Parts: sequence; C-alpha cells; structure tokens
Amino acid sequence: MAFLELEGVNKSFGSHQVVQTVDLSIQRGEFVAFLGPSGCGKTTTLRMVAGFEEPSAGTIRIGDRDVTHLKPNQRNVGMVFQAYALFPNMTVAQNVGFGLKVQKKPAAEIGPRVEEMLKLIKLPHLAERYPYQLSGGQQQRVALARAIATKPQVLLLDEPLSALDAKIRVSLREEIKALQRELGITTVYVTHDQEEALSMSDRIVVMSEGRVEQIGTPFEIYNHPRTRFVASFVGTLNILTASVIDAGTGCIAIDGQEVVAARGVAGAARGATLSVALRPEAVLLAGAGGMRNKLDGTIEEVDFLGSVVRVRVRFAENAVSLDTFNNPNAPPPRHGDKVTISFAPEDLLVLESDAA
Amino acid sequence: MKRSSIGAWAAIAFGATYFIVPLIATFEFSLRIRRGEYSFGAYANVFADPRFQSTFIYTITIAVATIVVGALLVVPTAYWVRLRLPRLRPIVEFITLLPLVVPAIIIVFGYLRMYNTSSLLPFTATGWATDLLLVFSYVTLGLPYMYRAVDTGLRAIDIRTLTEAALCLGAGWPTILFRVILPNVRSAVLSGAFLTFAIVIGEFTMAALLNRPAFGPYMQLIGANRAYEPSALAIIAFFITWACMGLLQIVGRSRQPAALH
Repeated sequence: MAFLELEGVNKSFGSHQVVQTVDLSIQRGEFVAFLGPSGCGKTTTLRMVAGFEEPSAGTIRIGDRDVTHLKPNQRNVGMVFQAYALFPNMTVAQNVGFGLKVQKKPAAEIGPRVEEMLKLIKLPHLAERYPYQLSGGQQQRVALARAIATKPQVLLLDEPLSALDAKIRVSLREEIKALQRELGITTVYVTHDQEEALSMSDRIVVMSEGRVEQIGTPFEIYNHPRTRFVASFVGTLNILTASVIDAGTGCIAIDGQEVVAARGVAGAARGATLSVALRPEAVLLAGAGGMRNKLDGTIEEVDFLGSVVRVRVRFAENAVSLDTFNNPNAPPPRHGDKVTISFAPEDLLVLESDAA
Repeated sequence: MKRSSIGAWAAIAFGATYFIVPLIATFEFSLRIRRGEYSFGAYANVFADPRFQSTFIYTITIAVATIVVGALLVVPTAYWVRLRLPRLRPIVEFITLLPLVVPAIIIVFGYLRMYNTSSLLPFTATGWATDLLLVFSYVTLGLPYMYRAVDTGLRAIDIRTLTEAALCLGAGWPTILFRVILPNVRSAVLSGAFLTFAIVIGEFTMAALLNRPAFGPYMQLIGANRAYEPSALAIIAFFITWACMGLLQIVGRSRQPAALH
C-alpha cells in the first residue's frame, strides 16, 4: 500500500487551473522527484502535500490518514526551502531543536537529538553559530537537519540546491541522497534540474502546464520518454518529424530517407506524421556496420568541447546533434562535409502524443 | 577651499546656529534664578516639586503602556497584512497615516463625544478608564511611526518562508509570532517604541482635554506661573527626548542577524 497518496488532486487559483488531476502513489522510503519547468505546478503540488495550499479537488493521504484538510502543523511533514528559511535569531543548535521544543520534548531529549543531527550533517562544531555566519551550503544542511530532527513521516524539498553554486550543488545532492537512504524517509523533491532528478530519485514525475506527463524511474524517463515534452525536457534529445510508410514493418521516412523504428509505429496510418526522438549518444558518425538505419546529411555545425566534439548534421527539414570523442590523430569534420550517420532501430523513439 | 564647500559649511553653520542658539539661550536663562550668579536652582526646584515627579512617573507609565498596546496591535497587524492580505496594505498604510493629518484636538473631541459618561462606553466616567482612553489615544498618535518601523523591519526578513518553516515544524500562530517573527523585528519595534515614547513625553492636547495629570499639562502649568523653571523643564524635556533618540541609534546599530545576512 502506498505511503503517500495523491488522488485526483487539482488546484485552481480563480479561473486558472495550475494543477490538473494528479494521481500519484509513493511507497514508504521512496525518493520521488517532481521535475518540470517554472510554472508547471510542481511546487504547488508539493505545497498541497505540505498543507500550505488546499486542493480544489482530490485527496491527499499520508500513511492511513487523510490529511487533505489538515493544517501544515498537524501533518508531521518536514520541509526544506530554496531560501533555507533558518530562523535568523536562533543559533544552529536552536534552529535544529526548534521543532522538538515546539513538540515540548524534555531538554534531556532535545540536546542529544540536536547533537545527533549535527553529526549527521557533519557540522557539530557550528552549533553555536548564527545562520548569517554560515555559507549557503552549510545553511541548507542545517535546514535539512532541522527538517528531519522531528522524525517527520514525509520529507519535502523545494528546489533546495537552486541557490547554491555548481560544485556545492553536486556534493550536497550526494549528501541528501545518502542521508535519505540512511534514514529511509519518504521524500518528495522538487527541481527543474534534470541532472538532479535523474541522479537522486527512485522515480521521477515529469510535469508540464499542471499535468503529469510521465512517471517512471530515471532510466525509463531518459530512455523511453512518452511525450514530446518529456523527450525535449529530459536530456538533450533530437526530435525529428517523420512520415509513416509501412506501419507493419515500422518503416518511416525522415526527409525522404527510409529508416526503421523498432516499436511505436504499429497502427499508424500510411502517410501519417510522427514525432520521433534520438539521443545524441545513440547516433554514430559514419555508417557503422550492423546498424540498419542510415541517414545522409551535411555537417551544419561543429562545436569542439574538449574531450567531446558535438556535431550537428542537417538533412532537409530535420537535423541531428551527436557527440563524438575527440581523437587527437583525426581532426573533427568540417562545416559543409557530406556525412552519413547511423543508429539502431531500437534507439528511434516514437513519441506518444503524436503517435496514431 | 572650493566655493561649493564654503557654501555647504555656511549652510551647516546657519542651521547649527538656528538650532543651538535658542537652546543655549534657554539653558543660560534657566541658570539665572539667583541674581548675579549662575546656578541650577531652577532645576533643583523642578526636581523638588512633587508634581514634577508624579506627572513624570505618570507619563512614563502611560508611555510604557502605550508602547506595549501599540506593539501588540501593530506587530500582528503588519505581519498578517504582509503575509495574507497584501492587497490591503495601501489601505492599512493610509489608516495609520491619518493621525498625521487629523489634528490631536479633533481626535480627542471625537473621543469625548464617543466615550463620555452618558455613552455606551463611558471611558471618561472613572480615572482608570480615562487613563485607558489616554493610552489608546496615544497608540493612535504613535501609529504612523510604530507601523512604519515594524513594516520596514518585516520587509527585511522573508516572513512567508519563515512562517511556513515554523508551521512545518509544528508551531502554532502564537509561537510563530512571539518566537520567530517578533525577535527578528525587535530593533524595528524598539525604534517605533522610542519614537512613541518621545511623542508621549511632550504631548499636551489629549492629556489636558482628558484632564489627566501628565507631564505635558504640568509643563504648560509651570510655564504659565513661573519664570525660570519652564526653561529648566524645556531643557530637561529636550534631553529626555534626545536620550530616546540616542537609544534609538544604539538599538538601530546593534547586531541584527537578519540585516547582516
């Protein structure tokens, strides 16, 4: 049975519907990321779980309790905010112990728990510092310790790493993931950073314009995006327009050149237009043997990125970007060169929203 | 020296003369109670006068009550307006500015009409109730300063996120207000408090028309009947006011974590 469950949850502000019928079941101890661009409804959904927004319709359950209409301070959820939200008038130890003090725990219990939390975030030496005396990364770790000190049922993180610089972001996301795994706490993480979502989550909920576009493991989301939006938002993906030649054999044409898609074409009418996607890493420059699909085109752009060379090949209407490793003994292709690219039929993804 | 800097120095000298000369003259006059010598006799007379002590203590008590009532009214109001009713902010700001445009005498006549002995709320029927009415009227007078100071303090912190963080940790509204919000706007509340204190110390109209034994009416009484003591009182009142302003500066400069971050 799901531990955190959203059933038909939607939210409108006036006539504007910002979240449309979200159905989601999260297992105990699972790490789920809400991924999407600004304004897609991911933060509003998180805020409904926290109790800061009341759903216009639907129910939210934590454990076996319906919390839909409960106030935030009655839900037992911990939350970490993008802006840290540490209490400026309190020391690190006081911040971490705040929730326990509110719960009227005895001092003999609060002290050791605060110490334990500070050891967990590796900041026991900063207990007496004030928030303004800490770096952004340290502040966010304290905010995390404060959120889990009260042993909440669910941990909510609202873009917690967005305000930090790249290096700290990477190290902190590893720390958050390790901490989550150690404590086994059910976690919902909101981010617009696909790398964060892919590297941290057990499952990802991709959202766009208030709708859930796809729910799946990072592997599924990255390798088998169902819609054009997911394909374009997660990773760098080439999206091409193709027309169906023979749905039975999966034969389609891209700018007049025939290729085969391993799945997704069945049932489509002859001549129907499809959106197909290709990951840059699935494409090889030059027609390597064993790969059935080949496309001839012209080099449109070459970006030398050091260890990797990104090449853009144009056919007619469509273009494909692909990455090749830098070879010191062979110079990269030049703009205007005629080339052939190849890829496996399995790598050609037919996107759901456009499929017949 | 450049011509512009000469002009600036001349303006400063003129301004300083404008403010300092009357003060020096008043101080000098207050020392002349004994013929042919300077003395603090007028100050001694003032401090020895039991009415000075009683009116001064009365006014300080009223000022402290005004500050407490004002803070309890303004902090939750300004907090709630910022958190939940931001659209009402211009209206609330306008209301808090009214005491600056409506003269105190109009306000107090309004009170006398509303709360006289034959009204539903006869505040003027007893001494303590009139004291209460005086406190409320001073809260009104101090409203523009207290509200602005607190509102500016609230603007410096992210009250929405702090409130949500506290709510998530299980805190109720009183805990949020008194343990999270108030400590972080402490300097702002104190700034408003000292401005209120300075206003209450010298206020005459409301205290006189409500017939309360306050410091303002006492100063007026002494001014009407004595020669040197009013000058001594003016200097004392001046220093009390400036001491308040000095305290305000000290509090303003004191460490405020939210502001430093």
